Parts: sequence; C-alpha cells; structure tokens
Amino acid sequence: MNPFVEPITVSHYMVVGAIMFVAGAVCMATKRNALGVLMGIELVLNGANVNFIAFGSEYLRPAADGMGLDGQLVALFVIVLAAAEAAVALAITLNFYNNHSTVDVDRADELKG
Amino acid sequence: MDPITTLPKLLGIAWLLPLASFVLILFFGRRMGKAGSKAGYLATAAILSSCAISLFALFFVWLPNYELPGPVEHDESGHHETAAAHTGDAAEHGDHEGEAHEENGSGDHGENADVAEKPSDEADAAAANGGHEHGGEEHAAADSSAGQHGGAHHAEPSVRPITGDWYALGEFGSLRITIGYYIDSLTVLMFSMVTFIATCIHFYAYGYMHDELHDVDDHEVRMSDGSHLRRPGRFYRFFQYLSLFCFSMLGIVIAGNIAMVFVFWELVGICSYFLIGFYIERKSASNAANKAFIVNRVGDFGMIIGLMILFGTLGTFAFGDIDGKPGIFSQVRPEPSHQLIVPDGMIKAAAFEEIESGVEPTAEKIEAWRADTSPGTPGHWAYWLMIIAGLGIFCGCVGKSAQFPLHVWLPDAMEGPTPVSALVHSATMVAAGVYLVGRFFPVFVPEVLLVIAIIGCVTLFIAATIAITATDIKRVLAYSTVSQLGYMMLALGVGGWVAGMFHLITHAFFKSLLFMCSGSVIHAVHTNEMTEMGGLRKKMPWTAYTMLVGCLAIMGAGIPFTIGLSGHYSKDSILAQALSFRASNPMYGWLFIVAAGGAAITAFYMFRLWFMTFAGPPRNQERYDHAHESPRVMYVPLVVLAVFAVGVGWSTNTFYVDSLLGNFGVQPLLEQARPAGTLDTAHGVLMPNLVHPDEHESHFPAFHFPAELVAVATALTGLLLAAVFYGWRVLDPAEVRAQFRPIYDFLIHKWYFDELYDLIFVRPVLFIANRVAEFDKIVIDGLIHGVAMWTRVVALIDDLFDRYLIDGLVNAFSRWVFATAIWFRGAETGRLRQYVMFIVIGTVALFVLVTFYLNSTMAG
Repeated sequence: MNPFVEPITVSHYMVVGAIMFVAGAVCMATKRNALGVLMGIELVLNGANVNFIAFGSEYLRPAADGMGLDGQLVALFVIVLAAAEAAVALAITLNFYNNHSTVDVDRADELKG
Repeated sequence: MDPITTLPKLLGIAWLLPLASFVLILFFGRRMGKAGSKAGYLATAAILSSCAISLFALFFVWLPNYELPGPVEHDESGHHETAAAHTGDAAEHGDHEGEAHEENGSGDHGENADVAEKPSDEADAAAANGGHEHGGEEHAAADSSAGQHGGAHHAEPSVRPITGDWYALGEFGSLRITIGYYIDSLTVLMFSMVTFIATCIHFYAYGYMHDELHDVDDHEVRMSDGSHLRRPGRFYRFFQYLSLFCFSMLGIVIAGNIAMVFVFWELVGICSYFLIGFYIERKSASNAANKAFIVNRVGDFGMIIGLMILFGTLGTFAFGDIDGKPGIFSQVRPEPSHQLIVPDGMIKAAAFEEIESGVEPTAEKIEAWRADTSPGTPGHWAYWLMIIAGLGIFCGCVGKSAQFPLHVWLPDAMEGPTPVSALVHSATMVAAGVYLVGRFFPVFVPEVLLVIAIIGCVTLFIAATIAITATDIKRVLAYSTVSQLGYMMLALGVGGWVAGMFHLITHAFFKSLLFMCSGSVIHAVHTNEMTEMGGLRKKMPWTAYTMLVGCLAIMGAGIPFTIGLSGHYSKDSILAQALSFRASNPMYGWLFIVAAGGAAITAFYMFRLWFMTFAGPPRNQERYDHAHESPRVMYVPLVVLAVFAVGVGWSTNTFYVDSLLGNFGVQPLLEQARPAGTLDTAHGVLMPNLVHPDEHESHFPAFHFPAELVAVATALTGLLLAAVFYGWRVLDPAEVRAQFRPIYDFLIHKWYFDELYDLIFVRPVLFIANRVAEFDKIVIDGLIHGVAMWTRVVALIDDLFDRYLIDGLVNAFSRWVFATAIWFRGAETGRLRQYVMFIVIGTVALFVLVTFYLNSTMAG
C-alpha cells in the first residue's frame, strides 16, 4: 500500500486537520510571544476548517441532499471569524505592547483572581 | 333684588372676608411691610368691606323688601282705652286670672296683626296666617277658658327667616352636618352692628397697637436677670386674631344650625384665648387666658348636653326648615299657631318604655301623652327634656356671656390689649351668649326662662356692686359689662325678647365706646389705676367728652317720654317688661326691684369712673404731665361711636316722622325678627302660676310710664351720689369706706368668688392632680421603669445570643466560603499558556470520558 499512489480519502484530510489542530494547540500552550499564540490560534481554526471541508465531502452524504456546500460554508464563516478575531487580538497585543513594552503573554496576568 | 337669593350671598361674602384676611396674614403677615404693618391695613380693609356689604344688605336689600312693622306705641290712641281697662281690671282683681288676662291681650293684638304689613312675596303665607288669626280669635271669644294654651295668637312675624344650606360637610345616616344660614332681620342687624363696631375697633387698634411695630420692652415681665423682657413686635399677629375673631362671631350670627353655632362658638372661645393672652409672657395674661378658656368649657359642657338632647330627640341640628325637613323651631312651635309644645320626638323619647312594650305611637297617642303632664307620665318626662335641653343651651350662654356663676373670667380678660376688651365686651364674645339665648328663645319653656331671668338678675346685682369698689378703670368697665349682660338675660328671661336684644345692640355701641376711651386714657397715662388719674379732661378733651357720652348712654340718661340716649330706650323697655312680669307674677317682683336698683348702681359707678379719671385735681402729677390726647386714628372712632351711642336707640317714631319717612329703627327691626309665636302670653306647666306676659303689654302706659320714671330717677340718683362723692367732693369716700368696712372688704374681694372657686374647685383639683401626679411618678413610672429594666436585661441576653451564636454561625459559614474561594483562586494564575493547557486537558478528558465511559449510552 503505497501512500503516494493511493487516492486521497477523507481520512487523509482528517489526519492533516488533526495534525494542524494539535500543532496549533501546542503552539498556543508553549509560545510566550503573543504573536506566536495568535499563530497557534490560526492553526487551530484552520485545522478545524480542514475537518469541516472534509466532512463536506460528497462521499459522506446522501446523493440528493441539497447542494452539499454546508462544510464549505461553515469553513468560510470560520475564516471570516478568524479575520475579525485576528484584528481584535492584534489590537490588544499592540496596546499591551504600548503599555508593557513587551508581548510576553506570561506578563499579562493582571486580571487573575 | 330678591332677598331670598341675594342675602345669603351678600352676607356669606361679608362673613368670609375676615377669614380671607386671616389666612393671608397667617401666611404672609411677617412679610407685609415693615414689621407687618400692612397686615393692619389688610384686616381693616376686610372688615370695612364686610361692614359695607352688611349695611348694603340691610338698607338696600332687606328694608326695601320687608316693610317694618309699626311700633306698638303707634296705635296707642287706638286701644288706649282697652289698655286702661285692662290694667284697671288687673288692679281690681289683684290676683291675675289667666283667662281674663289673655282675653284682653288677644283683643289688643288682633288689631296689631292688622296693622302689621306683610311683604308682597309672602302674601300667601300672610293670608293663611290672617285666616288663622281670625279663627283663633273667634275661638278665644267663644271659649275663653279653653285650657292654658288657648286663646288667640298674635301677629305673626311678617317675615319668614331665609334658611338654607351652603354646603353639606357630610351625611351620616340622619346626621347631617352642614354649613347653613338662618337669616332674619336680627341676623342682618347683628351683621351690621358687629362689622361696624369691629371696623371702628380695627381703626382704633391701628393707633393703639403702634408700639408693636418695633421691638417691645415689656415692663411687666421681669427676666431672671432682673432686666425687662424684650421681644419682637407682634402687630400683624394681633390683626390676624382680630380677623379670625370677627369671622367666628359672624359665623355664629349667620349659622343655620346648632352644630355650626357650636363650632363657631368654640372658635370665638379660642380667639378670645389668643387675644386675652396676647401678652403671653406676662404670667397674669396667660393665667387670664387659661381662666377664660376653662370657665367657658364648663358652660360648653352643658351646651353639648342640650345640643345632644335636641339632636337625639328631634333628629336635626337645623334651626329652620330646610328643603321641607322641619327644623328645631318648627318642631317645637309647629304651624300654624306657633304655640310652644313638647315636640313629638321628645314625647317618643320619653315614652320609650311604652313604645317598647308594644304601644303604637300614633298621632292620637302622642297627643294624649302630651296632654297628660302629671308626674311620672311620658308627657311629664318629655317636658323635663325640654327644660334640660333649654338649660343646657343656656349653660353655654352663661359661660360665654359671663353670667353668674361663671362670670369670673370676664374681669380677668382685661389682661388683653384694650381694643380686644372693647371687641370682646361689646360685639363679639359676650354678645354671642346673649345672641344665642335670643336665637333659641322659641325653644325655652317658661320654667327655663325663669331660671334665665333669675341668673341674669343675680348677675347684674353682683357685678354692679363689685364695680363700685374696683379701681382698675378697665375692671370697672368689665363688671359693668357683666352687669349689663345680666340685664339682657333678665330681659330675655322675663319674656322681653325685643328688650333684651335691643339692649344687646345699644350696649355694644356704648360699651365699645367706653372701652376705647379707657384705652385712650391708659395709652396716655400708662396705668390702669384710677387712683393715679384725675383732671385728665383738660389734657384729652376728645376722650373725656366722648366717654361722658358713653357714661350717659349706659346710665340711660334722657328726658322721660321725650328723648334720650340709646341706653335710655333699651333699659326702659327692660324695666317695663320686668314690671309687667311683676304684675303677672307677684312672687318674682324682686326681679324688677333689683333691676331698678342696679340702674342706680350703674349710674353711680360709671360716673365715679368718669369723675375719678377726668375731673378734679390730678392725683399723680407726673403721669398727668406726661398725658396727651391720643392720635386722630384713635379718637375719630370714638366720636363715631359716640354719635351712635347717642342715636342708635332712636327710631323714626321717636321724632314722629314715621308717617313721612316710613318706620325705621333698631327696635322695629327687632320687632320684625321676633321668633314666631313668642309674643304670646306663656304659662308654665310644672309651675302653673308662672306667666310670661306678652311683651307688647309692657308698652302700655300702666307699665311703661312708671318704668321710665323709675329708670330715669334711679339713674339720676346714682349720678348725684357719684357727684357728691367724686365730683363736688362733699363726702369723702375714704370715710364711707371706713364706715362700711366689712361691706367694702366684701366688695373689693369681688364677693370672694375667686377665693370661693379657689377653695371649692381649684384647690381640690390641684390636690387631686398632685396625688395623681405622685401616683404617676411612683406607681406608673415605677412600673414603666421596671418594665424598661426588665426589657434591658432581656435585650442584653438576646444581644449575647445574637452576637455569639447567630453571628458565630453566620461568620463561620462565611469564613468557610472565603477559605474555599481563596483555595480556588490558586487556579487562576493569569497565565494564558496554562489556560490553554487546561482547555486541552479538559477537552481530552471530556473526549476520553465520552468515548470510554458514556459510549454505551451514546450508542444506545
């Protein structure tokens, strides 16, 4: 079974999505740089997007069930959301930098209980 | 103008104007000009407008619509013979046969009825009355011995009172409390008199109270450090009270029901309380105010009893008929005869045992009960109800009009400023009592009237004797007032309704004049003691000669059968009525003798006052030098009042011009207001010998001539006596005083009334009060203190319980919550990366949980 000649299945997508998700999560959990954390978030969101698209595959649904664009639409929605989130997060980061001259998230603990 | 609709409006406005002034001064008095000086203008303007409206109502509404009845003397020639025959009869028979008496009376007064004119708009009623009169006359002629109440009744008053309600305050079942009016010529006349005198007094007070415009040093009040009291002036407050006083008095006069009378009665009382205690910082003034108030309460207690009897048995407070509901007067004196009967309500109340036992109170049955007045029967008890109701109402009047035995407050009321004394003593407070007796006259049975006469007679004598020895100028006048009020009560009590009310009106004028003159004197010499005055007529001629007019008026000076000052006419008619009463009731002849003697004493003490004050050399040179005539605003009212004191008793008949100008005067106005049916000769039921003669009989020469001669003679005697002692100084008063030491002591101590009351009432009350206070202090206070202590102990224990147990529990719980929270706080590190770890771990944990442990259920 040669992985390079086998046709790509939904499972492949899911493996890729899972890898992206875990990589993003690990990135979020380990990076001290706020920008790195944001990048991790992007990875997590996009990993999820890959899964959505994978589940939108025509092999996983009945034949005559609408246009079959549910997964793609949700993915688009997530992209838009990610853009908005990134804008807000970057603004917060920039302000944080202005106040603390750093983007180390471990320094952002002023709201702790 | 239609008087029935116009008069209530006019008099209502005249009544409410002083109230408006009171309210305005109450709220804005302090801000009215400097020290409230504009308040005086406002109050004066209000009462002046009231006066103008009242006079307008009298001259342009009342008189054009209701022609006054002709004077009784008017047809003297007509029945001169009858009268002579009548008196001749009386003299021959000696003891008065009631029947003969009545027969003559009815003959005379049948003619009077024809002379009396009826107003055009009362034509129907008049015709009906006329018919009844003739019927009654025939009846009397046919059967002259038809019972005690038989015989013709006299000329009906030609005017029905205008009655009605302005506003119903509330209705509780049959109890209807309203603000109503009862307007007859007495009401209109009283309105004019009260507002006129009050106006004069307002003007006068503007001058008299001038000191109050700035800070006042009260020299009679010593502070604890020995200095005099210094207080801000209370000018506006004085006028505020005056306005309220006038409003209250006018309220009594116009009141249409006895409940309203009572309300304003109390208002008058409280106003007099305020004004007598105007110099409240003086102990004597506050005591006098309290005394006036408390003594009046004693009388009011009786009044409430009378009021409740009337309401309880008659079911109404109203005097006259309102909307067809019969008022008190028409129940007591029903149409058409207006004979005084015991009303049905009282019969039913007295016969409640019979009615409870099943006897139907039909009209015949009530009639039977009424007819039978032998002791123990319902008719008897019902008659007693009438007596008690009458005495109760009179009791209130005794308090307010300062009659024996409640006369003690009036002389003490002199502590108020002099304008107040003038107002209280002439037009308002004391007049209210006499006015109410006059108003309630139809309800009084002969027995009650006898009590009124005796009380009045005793009062007039006691007060007159005390006035002889008093040296305080205002106190002399105060006792003179009490004495004159006694005259009025005596007059009413012997059946002289017009005489009594006439004296009320004339007395108001000359007594206010006398008081204001005395005020003017006090203003000039700053003392009340006549022993410090003397010779003042050179210094203050206006005051002296107006006061001389007042003295002459009160003494009843006049030329017999020709002309006289106002007091001459009213006192004559009182004496004539007393004489007429004496002829019918020989055992009460002393009433006339005391009244005549009182007239002499009156003249004596009044001229003693005048001579001591104005004649002879000054007794105190320093005060004499200091004295000066009062400002114009004070003596002009004196002159105005003096003119009235001279002329208010005159009528057109006095000058024989009534044929030209029509009949006008105070006396005809009062004659017109006479309550229906009260002119009749009345007989007592419990005292069958008691006869109240027809008042018109007192105008017969047989009574009138001797009375007039006696009045003038006694007055001249008194005047001469006073002149001998104090004018010409032939006799030395000090010697006489030494001669009659015991009598003098007795009189100077005012018959020891104050001491007696002190002994009988004040001290026992104080004794009991002290005991009660001790009981209060020891037992009640001890009890309360014990309870308080006990409560404190319980509270202490409760406090500990609360603090340690309840609070401990709550605190322990909160501490636990706090500790837990602190522990959880550790999780909140603030590190983002850690949070992400938690999220991941949590997600994985949930995933594992769902996958491996809840798998079966999920799958299922």
